[in-house]
Amino acid sequence: MSRQKTILFACGTGIATSTAVNVAVTEEMKKRGLTFNAQQAKATEVPGLADTVDFIVATTPISASVTKPVIKGLAFLTGIGKDKVLDEIEAQLRK
Amino acid sequence: MSDGLMQLLDPDAIVLGSDASTNEEIIRILAGRLETLGYVKSSYADAVVRRELTIPTGLPLERSDNVAVPHTDPEHVLKPGIAMGTLKQPVIFANMEDPDEMLPVGFVFLLAINDKDKQIEALQAVMATIQNPQALDDLRSARTLEDVRAVLG
Repeated sequence: MSRQKTILFACGTGIATSTAVNVAVTEEMKKRGLTFNAQQAKATEVPGLADTVDFIVATTPISASVTKPVIKGLAFLTGIGKDKVLDEIEAQLRK
Repeated sequence: MSDGLMQLLDPDAIVLGSDASTNEEIIRILAGRLETLGYVKSSYADAVVRRELTIPTGLPLERSDNVAVPHTDPEHVLKPGIAMGTLKQPVIFANMEDPDEMLPVGFVFLLAINDKDKQIEALQAVMATIQNPQALDDLRSARTLEDVRAVLG
């Protein structure tokens, strides 16, 4: 695989739900043999940071001006549809 | 299962079967407990209520009584803690991911978080509870602190 990718985890405050999602994704990707660099930010900070990361996993809506892929991360809080989102993240990491 | 949760969930910040009829009302009741107990500044309640209007925290669980996890920026927090309320009748919170969607919420976990690296376990414990339909059913019928402890360990 090529260079290590960077995921930006975003939520309203940048410390609460994005932390829970970051931890859950890190654990699950480890099981799939994948590692990545993680950053966390407030949703409002994403447009300014998007250029420095490969893609974004967010629990809150992200500005449409962001051109990097945005994956919805709410499934890691609710548990509903988690496998599908994990597959999406894996696909982005293996790109 | 949820050691981390009882660690941060203050027994005096648990409100069971609240009559609150709006999300602001239950947030202010729980925030008042956290303030009295010394977890948050007096600015916290207003900050959470205001934030809920623009960045809502309702989590859709495909139930008639969903969960919300209101919180706000760390500057309003003095030390980490969690308050929990169960509602007699669900109140409306907007969906975190889709703020135009309104969700009936029966369980509110009010988070006072100020250090993401130290509060991961508690956050995970909250998430584990949210993702456990049986735990939520048991919490709904909880009437005493002992009932809550039995559910949350």
